[in-house]
Amino acid sequence: MRTVHPMPDQSAVTPLRQPLVTVDKLTVDMPLGRSGSSVRIVDGVDFSIGVGERVALVGESGSGKSLTARALMRLDRLARLSGRVDFDGTDLLKLSDRDMGRLRGSSIAMVFQDPMSFLDPLMTIGDQVAETLRIRGVGKAEARKRALAVLDELGVDRAAERLDAYPHEFSGGMRQRVVLAMALVGEPRLLIADEPTTALDVRVQDQVLDLLDDVSARRGLAVLFITHDLGVVAGFAERVMVMYSGRIVEDGEVASVFAKPSHPYTQGLIKAVPRIDQDLNTLYAIPGAPPPPLARPNGCPFHPRCDQRFERCDKDLPALLQVGLSRVACHLHDGQQHDRHPHDRKGA
Amino acid sequence: MLMSIDSIAKSYNAFPNPPAKVLHDVTLKVDTGEAIGLVGESGSGKSTIAKCMLALIRPEAGAITYDGIDVIHAKGEDLRRFRREVQMVFQDPYGSLNPRMTVEELIGEGLLIHKLEPTAAARRARVAEMMEMVGLNPNDMDRYTRSFSGGQRQRIAIARALVIRPRILVCDEPVAALDVSVQAQVINLLQDMQRKLNLAIVFVAHDLAVVRHLCERIVVLHKGKVVEQGTREQIFDNPQMPYTQSLLAAVPVPDPVVGRARRAARRLETAN
Ligand SMILES: Nc1ncnc2c1ncn2[C@@H]1O[C@H](COP(=O)(O)OP(=O)(O)OP(=O)(O)O)[C@@H](O)[C@H]1O
Ligand SMILES: Nc1ncnc2c1ncn2[C@@H]1O[C@H](COP(=O)(O)OP(=O)(O)OP(=O)(O)O)[C@@H](O)[C@H]1O
Ligand code: SF4
Ligand SMILES: [Mg+2]
Ligand SMILES: [Mg+2]
Repeated sequence: MRTVHPMPDQSAVTPLRQPLVTVDKLTVDMPLGRSGSSVRIVDGVDFSIGVGERVALVGESGSGKSLTARALMRLDRLARLSGRVDFDGTDLLKLSDRDMGRLRGSSIAMVFQDPMSFLDPLMTIGDQVAETLRIRGVGKAEARKRALAVLDELGVDRAAERLDAYPHEFSGGMRQRVVLAMALVGEPRLLIADEPTTALDVRVQDQVLDLLDDVSARRGLAVLFITHDLGVVAGFAERVMVMYSGRIVEDGEVASVFAKPSHPYTQGLIKAVPRIDQDLNTLYAIPGAPPPPLARPNGCPFHPRCDQRFERCDKDLPALLQVGLSRVACHLHDGQQHDRHPHDRKGA
Repeated sequence: MLMSIDSIAKSYNAFPNPPAKVLHDVTLKVDTGEAIGLVGESGSGKSTIAKCMLALIRPEAGAITYDGIDVIHAKGEDLRRFRREVQMVFQDPYGSLNPRMTVEELIGEGLLIHKLEPTAAARRARVAEMMEMVGLNPNDMDRYTRSFSGGQRQRIAIARALVIRPRILVCDEPVAALDVSVQAQVINLLQDMQRKLNLAIVFVAHDLAVVRHLCERIVVLHKGKVVEQGTREQIFDNPQMPYTQSLLAAVPVPDPVVGRARRAARRLETAN
């Protein structure tokens, strides 16, 4: 089933399309209280997203998904970033704050989980959607016209009337559409969606996904979709990247990763999902918890929880290597000879 | 029967508009040790029911009884017992934890309020035990919640509710913000608690796969009314109402082939 593939540039799975964003050895350090020291949350992440590609970023809570995404937009003032974020030929980490500000919304936009916290309750929907454009010097009438067009595109019915409505007059799903409209009105080429459907009920979630599907296809919009819902990943994304303890541990086509996950962590994640079409007495749960960023274990950060670990695992950090069409960071897949002596914790 | 909710109605003021009625004649029962799921689309009234069950808001009609206590009118010792034995875990792991309190203070607060552990050392030990149980590191006891991720905060909230050993735990979307592996642990934990402590769980969630897994009985709400209720098998294997059927059809399946096919089929259906 594996097709022969020329070994591509090893920094990333080459998307079959032209890359839009290429992230290279990105690290994010956050300050630790008042002490002046800092902690490395995102620990050298490489990936790229093609033009119009839909990529999901999944992983344990606290693994650094949001900080990675926010780093692409330089949203955290306190974060110290290193590495490269190449967007269409420009290194975003080298831009001045002003240029970066201009790029937000017009090249990269972001939507968050909670639409209400993003909306100003005292401002009309029309003004809020238009604001992104107004900041960039678009005239009032023109901004309103484009706000209307995008609300229309996103299926807000009677959009013209509702331009003058306030957020509280909208349901949760409609608010999420408004937030999406705010993100899309500047015609970005990459949309980062950080758990945009987590707070929505299934039917609304489904509508929002359909909407994202349509918009991304119609506009050739690339989407980086952060979620912990593997059901959403399966239905929406083309590629999935799995993050653990500040690193990407697996990256591949959705179909092949779900059919045959390579990394033990990915295997555990997929096994742990309760399914509507399956009965189980006890859910499989990966034992233990991810390590805090200040106390990452030596070797593979997953080794204390891994049921397939062997000798090298607590010594050497596995690199993210090309394995077939995917990339995997696990010694089981690094092509080196190894005697497998699984340390079974129950000693069997 | 541990708790019974009889024909409650609830409206919210919507000044200058007339009050909006969001619950109509809702009746449901909770038995000792059972896990019951409240499902329905956003705005259907799930959280409103949960808040009524916790006596955080008052229905304007109907009755709520908990183990002999008239919840709507309870005072004094009755109210104190009710507040101890019926605990909650909220939807929003960010809003529900005081950022000025350490993890130990947050989790131990109930023990202090209800005078359940006499000494600070005993409280600390209980807090540590609880933290381990919900998958937190007891070494983090002295930290503030600010720097915790969403999932970690929700585990703190659950530890906080369970530490005083309630008889009913009302959970409003408690795992919505958790990633799958922790979600599985938390659900297993809830299930475990349910069995070990004979804890009743009222579980509000929009993730029907999770509800199916955890809850023996399901109540389906639509626009403030109970449209269908039954056992897990009745609701999931043989739903009677079209509304329930449409909810089930929208559940994403973690399988790219099945998931895509289901979504494509549904879109065709809605397009026609
Ligand atoms: N401002 C901050 N200062 C210090 N540490 C932070 C800060 N923000 C986040 N962290 C820490 O960084 C780690 C990664 O956080 P991040 O929000 O990126 O996680 P995530 O993968 O998005 O998790 P979740 O699924 O819970 O949203 C966590 O351990 C968190 O506690
Ligand atoms: N404090 C309030 N004032 C006015 N209206 C309210 C208030 N709280 C809820 N409502 C309205 O009552 C209805 C039911 O809300 P409720 O929060 O119970 O729904 P829910 O089923 O929990 O939805 P979700 O899945 O979005 O959490 C909604 O129409 C909501 O807008
Ligand atoms: S490197 Fe070793 S410990 Fe890490 S995931 Fe692979 S087998 Fe498990
Ligand atoms: Mg996050
Ligand atoms: Mg609710």
